[in-house]
Amino acid sequence: MAQPQVKFDATEERLAALSLPEGGWSEAARRDALARVRAIGLPHARDEYWKYTKPATLVAPEAPHAALFDSGEAPLFDAVDRLKVVFVDGVFDAEASDDLSLAGIEIERLGTSGADIHWAKDLYGRLELAGQDPVARPLAALNTAFATDGVLIRATGKAAKPVNLVYRHKSETSDAILHHCIKVEEGAELTVLENGPAAARFNKAMEVEVADNATFHHIRAQGRDHERRAATHLFARLGQESVFKSFTLTANGKLTRNEVVIELTGDDAVAHVAGACMGDGDFHHDDTVFVTHDAVNCESRQVFKKVLRNGARGVFQGKILVKPGAQQTDGYQISQSLLLDEDSEFDAKPELEIYADDVACSHGSTSGAIDEEALFYLRSRGVPVGHAEDLLTLAFLAEAVLEIEDHDLQDEINGRIEAWLLRRRAA
Amino acid sequence: MLNIENLHVKLEEEDKQILKGVNLEVEAGKVHAIMGPNGSGKSTLSYVLSGRDGYEVTEGSANLLGEDILEMDPEERAAAGLFLAFQYPVEIPGVGNMTFLRTAVNAQRKARGQEEMSSTDFLKEVRAKAKELEIDAEMLKRPVNVGFSGGEKKRNEILQMAMIAPKLCILDETDSGLDVDAMKLVADGVNKLRSPDRGFLVITHYQRLLNHIKPDVVHIMSDGRIVKTGGPELALEVEENGYADIVTEGA
Repeated sequence: MAQPQVKFDATEERLAALSLPEGGWSEAARRDALARVRAIGLPHARDEYWKYTKPATLVAPEAPHAALFDSGEAPLFDAVDRLKVVFVDGVFDAEASDDLSLAGIEIERLGTSGADIHWAKDLYGRLELAGQDPVARPLAALNTAFATDGVLIRATGKAAKPVNLVYRHKSETSDAILHHCIKVEEGAELTVLENGPAAARFNKAMEVEVADNATFHHIRAQGRDHERRAATHLFARLGQESVFKSFTLTANGKLTRNEVVIELTGDDAVAHVAGACMGDGDFHHDDTVFVTHDAVNCESRQVFKKVLRNGARGVFQGKILVKPGAQQTDGYQISQSLLLDEDSEFDAKPELEIYADDVACSHGSTSGAIDEEALFYLRSRGVPVGHAEDLLTLAFLAEAVLEIEDHDLQDEINGRIEAWLLRRRAA
Repeated sequence: MLNIENLHVKLEEEDKQILKGVNLEVEAGKVHAIMGPNGSGKSTLSYVLSGRDGYEVTEGSANLLGEDILEMDPEERAAAGLFLAFQYPVEIPGVGNMTFLRTAVNAQRKARGQEEMSSTDFLKEVRAKAKELEIDAEMLKRPVNVGFSGGEKKRNEILQMAMIAPKLCILDETDSGLDVDAMKLVADGVNKLRSPDRGFLVITHYQRLLNHIKPDVVHIMSDGRIVKTGGPELALEVEENGYADIVTEGA
């Protein structure tokens, strides 16, 4: 399919600003990915998949300037016993990181040199490639081609503690491209935490292979910087009886697009993906999710909740595709927004495409204001109006937050949400 | 304690007068009952006193312990000592009953300049009071009123009332939807709260609740006014003859 000239030009302009890392086991995958980017073209405002989110600043050759922001808060997950891997503006910082060794896993930095043989060679760019069909994700292909850093984690047993990828933002013009590959081997268990704003502009891809009977938990918080922009992709492929659970908290941020692409390829697998986001003012947040059921008796859940005010905008594009033969599929999808004023906007595009006949799939999407009855009830019991609104907002987000299994991590996330609400009330 | 004078109230959205000059005084230590046919304005009175949106006071006043409450926000009225047990308690998915109770109790203590209750003290008190109302631990854990039966909701209202310990308790049709056993539980809970420094305003359509919560004074309301006031015998008269006679007589 021929691309429009504007799209072709924009793609070439972006590519001209990048250089393809050479050498090592990933080189072939990178070259293939670059060819994909050229063939597809980078996202353009007229692309159907980008109807609700303007891709221009994500595609521009230079990262738009983003002022640094000091929240004054202690970093998230500080209270959690974890292995810390720190990136500053997209560059691994060995000094700030913990020693990269942990019982139950192998972890190393994504390098461009080294031997031609590596376990990650079978994963790097593979899930991204699979995720290009039926909908193209050119920013992910761009990531595979040009990622300059990242981690490779192979879990062979139960990881002794979570791995925490910490993304610090110190330059107002940083443009970071990170790519992580994670392989959770048969029966192994791993939790990955991510937090921080990362860069002025952040393109991140994570490919996760969850083998038979393996478990992967993912909890991320995208940092409170107001001016950051991010396009992230999370690709996962699930084996038999495996479990994958991912939760994302987004507070603030000029532009965030989080794509999640999950393929259930083994029978009896479970995939949950959830997100809670809070936006105030110049905020645009897009969750784009694609779950493919390609095995029998699998369960998938998508739970996305957005709290929006002062003109903030939320987008949800979520799809469940049930392939022929994927019988006894249990699919659930809910996307809801709480609009705290009349200026905010929520666009939802829920989709189901089902080619099997013994399937239970449900989906729903709602937009609404705070429930006045509940608000009066709380106030009549002496709860001040602001506090009552916060309680109801937390209650609204609860279904997403409850997707985090670990109670301590759940508390950490709830603490962040409460603090955000409290600041809004004080402002 | 509660002084209502010549209270006129209309609906905010439409030109409909609901209360047309209500005069009422509830003394500390006393239980006043308001009875009346449907549409007489009983529930509106409870809503207006608690500060619900949608009503406009066009004339008159309402004071609680000397303070004009009509200008206050609902939470300020609560802090001033007013409590309304709802006819239809609201379900709040996602907010645990215990969290709700603790937030309410502590918010009121804070508004009155008292220290917040420690979680141990709070738990102890809730458990003891819940037990009296036959509210089990599971109900305390569940989201506020979600999935509760009619009786459970009403008992939950009384639990809140017991924990908050207000000065003036308004019970709006608390007997509606209750079977005899549940009504007895609820009434016992209310009776335990009776004290010389607390007033009650019990709004009910039927006399039967008043067999369990014995009123000192009974008012009959009709068409936005109190048309007759008497002792407990007035409630029995209603039970026997209906409202028609009294309403005609008062008009």
